[in-house]
Amino acid sequence: MHLYNLTLSRPSAISCAIYGNFSAPKVHEIVAARGKVLELLRPDDAGKVQVIHSTEVFGIIRSLAPFRFPGAQQDYVICGSDSGRIVILQYNKEKNCFTRIHTETFGKSGCRRIVPGEYLAVDPKGRACMIAAVEKSKFVYVLNRDNDARLTISSPLEAHKGSNLCYALTGLDMGFDNPVFAAIELDYAEADTDPTGEAASEAQKHLTMYELDLGLNHVVRKYSEPVDNGANMLIPVPGAGDGPGGQRAVWGGPCARAEKLPACMHACSEFGDIYRVTLDYEGEQVKELRIKYFDSIPPATSICLMRKGFLFAASEFGDHALYQFSSLGDDDEGGVESSSATLMETEEGYQPVFFDPRPLSNLEALDRMDSLAPILDMKVANLAGEEIPQIYAACGRGSRSTLRVLRPGLAVTGKRAAHEMAVSPLPGNPTAVWTIKRSVGDEFDAYIVVSFSNATLVLSIGETVEEVNDSGFNGNVPTLQTQLLADDSMLQVYPNGLRHIRPDRRINEWRAPGRKTIVKATTNERQVAIALGGGEVIYFELNPQGMLVESEKREMGGDVACLDVAPVPEGRTRCAFLAVGMYDGAARVLSLQPDSTLKVLSTQAVGATPESVLLLDSPLMGKDGTEEGAGSGALFLQVGLVNGVLLRTEVDRVTGQLSDTRTRFLGTKPPKLFAAAVPEGFVAVARNTLRVITLERLGEFFNQQSLRLRYTPRKFVIHPDLKVLAIAEADHAAIPLAQREDLQQRRDGMEAEQQGGATAAAAAGPEMDEEAAAREDQWGAPKGEPGQWASCVRIVDPVSLQTTHCIEMEDNEAALSVCLVEFDSHPEHGTLLAVGTAQGLKFYPKECQNGFVHLYRFLDDGKRIELLHKTAVEGVPGAMAAFKGRLLVGVDAVLRLYDMGKKRMLRKCEYRRLPTRIATLHVSGSRIYVGDGQESTFFMRYKKGDNQFYIFADDIVPRHVTAALHLDYDTLAGADRFGNVFVSRLPQEVSAQVEDDPTGGKYATETGLLGGAPNKLRTINSFHVGETVTALQRAVLQPGGRELIVYGTINGAIGVLYPFTSKEDCDFFQHLEMHMRQEHPPLLGRDHLAYRSFYFPVKDVVDGDLCEQYPQLAADKARGVAEELDRSPGEVLKKLEDIRNKLV
Amino acid sequence: MASLSDRFNINAQLEHLQAKYVGTGHPDINRFEWNVNIKRDTYASLVGHYSLTAYHAIAENESIGRIKYNFMQNMLLPCGLPPEKEEEA
Repeated sequence: MHLYNLTLSRPSAISCAIYGNFSAPKVHEIVAARGKVLELLRPDDAGKVQVIHSTEVFGIIRSLAPFRFPGAQQDYVICGSDSGRIVILQYNKEKNCFTRIHTETFGKSGCRRIVPGEYLAVDPKGRACMIAAVEKSKFVYVLNRDNDARLTISSPLEAHKGSNLCYALTGLDMGFDNPVFAAIELDYAEADTDPTGEAASEAQKHLTMYELDLGLNHVVRKYSEPVDNGANMLIPVPGAGDGPGGQRAVWGGPCARAEKLPACMHACSEFGDIYRVTLDYEGEQVKELRIKYFDSIPPATSICLMRKGFLFAASEFGDHALYQFSSLGDDDEGGVESSSATLMETEEGYQPVFFDPRPLSNLEALDRMDSLAPILDMKVANLAGEEIPQIYAACGRGSRSTLRVLRPGLAVTGKRAAHEMAVSPLPGNPTAVWTIKRSVGDEFDAYIVVSFSNATLVLSIGETVEEVNDSGFNGNVPTLQTQLLADDSMLQVYPNGLRHIRPDRRINEWRAPGRKTIVKATTNERQVAIALGGGEVIYFELNPQGMLVESEKREMGGDVACLDVAPVPEGRTRCAFLAVGMYDGAARVLSLQPDSTLKVLSTQAVGATPESVLLLDSPLMGKDGTEEGAGSGALFLQVGLVNGVLLRTEVDRVTGQLSDTRTRFLGTKPPKLFAAAVPEGFVAVARNTLRVITLERLGEFFNQQSLRLRYTPRKFVIHPDLKVLAIAEADHAAIPLAQREDLQQRRDGMEAEQQGGATAAAAAGPEMDEEAAAREDQWGAPKGEPGQWASCVRIVDPVSLQTTHCIEMEDNEAALSVCLVEFDSHPEHGTLLAVGTAQGLKFYPKECQNGFVHLYRFLDDGKRIELLHKTAVEGVPGAMAAFKGRLLVGVDAVLRLYDMGKKRMLRKCEYRRLPTRIATLHVSGSRIYVGDGQESTFFMRYKKGDNQFYIFADDIVPRHVTAALHLDYDTLAGADRFGNVFVSRLPQEVSAQVEDDPTGGKYATETGLLGGAPNKLRTINSFHVGETVTALQRAVLQPGGRELIVYGTINGAIGVLYPFTSKEDCDFFQHLEMHMRQEHPPLLGRDHLAYRSFYFPVKDVVDGDLCEQYPQLAADKARGVAEELDRSPGEVLKKLEDIRNKLV
Repeated sequence: MASLSDRFNINAQLEHLQAKYVGTGHPDINRFEWNVNIKRDTYASLVGHYSLTAYHAIAENESIGRIKYNFMQNMLLPCGLPPEKEEEA
């Protein structure tokens, strides 16, 4: 089996973000690293964060720093990654991509202890940068400009010190003295050799200054002084002038060093509280350090303080946000402030200062960027009865948890993504709607024209939308088409003729001949084509005198279904072609040139009646994607058929000949095509209301709907008959809702207010109201003790996306696994919900007081559940599965089979020799597929006669399994904690042998070597995704498409693995991938093959993400690669498009 | 054929490599040292891979920053105190 990997939705977590001017001077932008994806973000004027560019780098981005020469206006990006190289990038605005300026190798690849990449610091005056490892290694590179103002980089200068751990690194503003870098370091050499523990207890962190002597070109450890052992972050204090803003996330014991002038900084703690830090100076001496509570936001990995008063916070989990400063917190009386001058020292250290978090008062939320991270469980199912299944993803953590429903496509129905700007009721059901400007130079449309079956309504757009009568349009007839012509006159096409409204409101009418009526019309600024009933096409042109002149007519020999003329290309007087769709199932291209007007140039049989045709100019796509052709671009004929198929055919610009047809099935309804140049908004009619809709986030692959959850979702199941979701949620070190005093008080207060009224004491238990939930989302739930758990089981109706029932767990139990089961011994109960809980689970070391399996019965068509009984299992029930009318439970490393009893479940069979912890359980027939927490997968069998489990096959490599997916009787796909996906298969002959063996391979078990199983699984596919895959699902994501594997990752990415159907395709993509590795090596200098083989050699998986970068190749390289593949570049692109269309 | 001086040279090279690449084993390595190296390498890898830090952060319900900090702190004494030196026999 060969698979094709394609990321559908890139990871949405941000691991680090930096602020600077990357694309042009004075353009305020953010470069964000999303694990393996590098992105350029820009907040637009409306305060919406737009993704300008996004590229996969096939490596792990660990650190980023902006770098700018003194006096320059633009920043470079320096990247520390796992490639063992330092890479300097520049954003190329013309090509819309990052280009590599320098790549300097300094070590091995991988995230290693002594290979730099984890920390990165630049000299604020733009002369040098330092890259450091977690331990020992530090390199300094001197950066300079050559005569052509190009960036040059020196050979590395070492500043290593063995057995020294590095906690933080920053560059200090020294003006134009030698650059100095500060690091927090800890020496462990003595602690390692002192058995008494004295050295370890005395181990002290030091703040070390590294000075780069520019004259002598070497780095010296200038001095080192002890700092508090909690120090973990350095904030450079900005100097005078235009130093970069001094904002860094700080937590634990902050440790700021003052060098020069007073300024204020913002620091963000691990709880998301932002503090304002101010320093008071007396000469060069720092007199006082004051820290003032500023506001609370969700915990952030990076905060970027931008000019214009924006604050971008990249959240650790959940949606990212953009804020605006509404005040600087100076006049904030309620704010709690702590000063170094008044700090009280007690025996246990400094006396802490307390404050209460509060709603945002100094910041104002402007925008949110959706983030799926982390996806903890994901299922694909068609519960809403739509054409394609929806993806249900349990996302987020703690109070920011959500259940999200994802559907491929643009968000126009989503609540947040589409703002309905205006809704106007209309007198009847409209048939069509247009918007029209008052003159060509206008920026915005002035009128909305709504056509009804027997009348036309004209609305003017202003502050409000209202009806006008002085527009010149005939209101007593239905309208077929409206158009603003090049000389600012307006045209209304109605069944009986054309109404041409001149700019001075003089009206020219053209009447349709005889009894014929106009059935279809198409227009652009200068040309009008109409089709009359019976199949006559008449063509008009706007002459220089501003008159519409009929220039040609033609019988088409059949009724015309649709027609289209493209907008007039810039600098021309007319568009050269008219596209006509006929009811006989043909699409024709007609010439509009003066010497051959309405001559049929080419015909294409499309196989069904075209619903609409569209001629679309794609200036960026030349025929071969080459640069010389890119100026004129390509002209495409798009045909939407009644059966839901979209055809795209390239039209030769000169001859009008058609070539290179591509098809795509869009859905079961006939598509209507419109040329759209990413408009600000759409006008739509829905029944008898008129809606103005704006689109946001055009680049996103999925549109989302979400439901807020209470705690971190762990697992969920879908009841296939009742079509409900059961979600297990649990949070460590959190306080259960019922025990929360603050909520209790709030509720009491509210109940007191509503005295006697219907209090909101829902059956769902102590649910939070919307306001409280939003607050919780902003500044998090209170923390509990380690070992304290808050947990619940929730039933969700997926169609209305509402919680119908929620049961809070008691006695410190944490619901960690769920499963549906039907017991053969008790068929009267039907399908039951089994929930596995752990009581008092603690980590480091892992211990657990008790475990339980709860059995619930569904009531009211699955709207509610009711506890039948619970059974103690003395361990963590990490995975469960229904098996032959009984329930299999993985309790730590013990596999048990339970049957249902009256008061509790009854243990029937047990297997105790699994290595670590059962992470996943799947069953098929009498086989059981176990995924172990550390030792990969096991194939087991249950022998009924002996009432015994035994392992008959296992894997030969250790894997920390996080997710598994049963593919067929002999095959299992799985994913591990380190970001690998694999498919394991039991060889056919072994499988047959095991089935035929009367003992079922049972006695062979005893002959296994070194305690292993007698048979070994064979890995047939192996691939490194780059981030922990937490969910695997089989799904068909397209009507009539093929089944594929969908995966979701902890960083919020969704990707697919598609099995190739033909050898030819597989060969093609393997070769394309091979050439791409050669011609387009990853941006950050990581070797692609090595990256995809990070832990295990990649096997039989083609990386579609790399193949899809083919259009980014330079023209000559693209042609070269295509020639190697015996194809033209256009055909390679077509192949890429085809395979994508097969997937989604 | 390897002469005595060559062997001496190789030893010198090995020593150099051991100094250069922290965590490289040597013939006299003891259980504790080996463990310490493994653990430090592991922590460094966990800190370096964002998704692994996130994985731990979700399990413990701590912030990613705190988890990273804990891992870094654990690198000081990853396996507890070193054992008493055995008497040179």
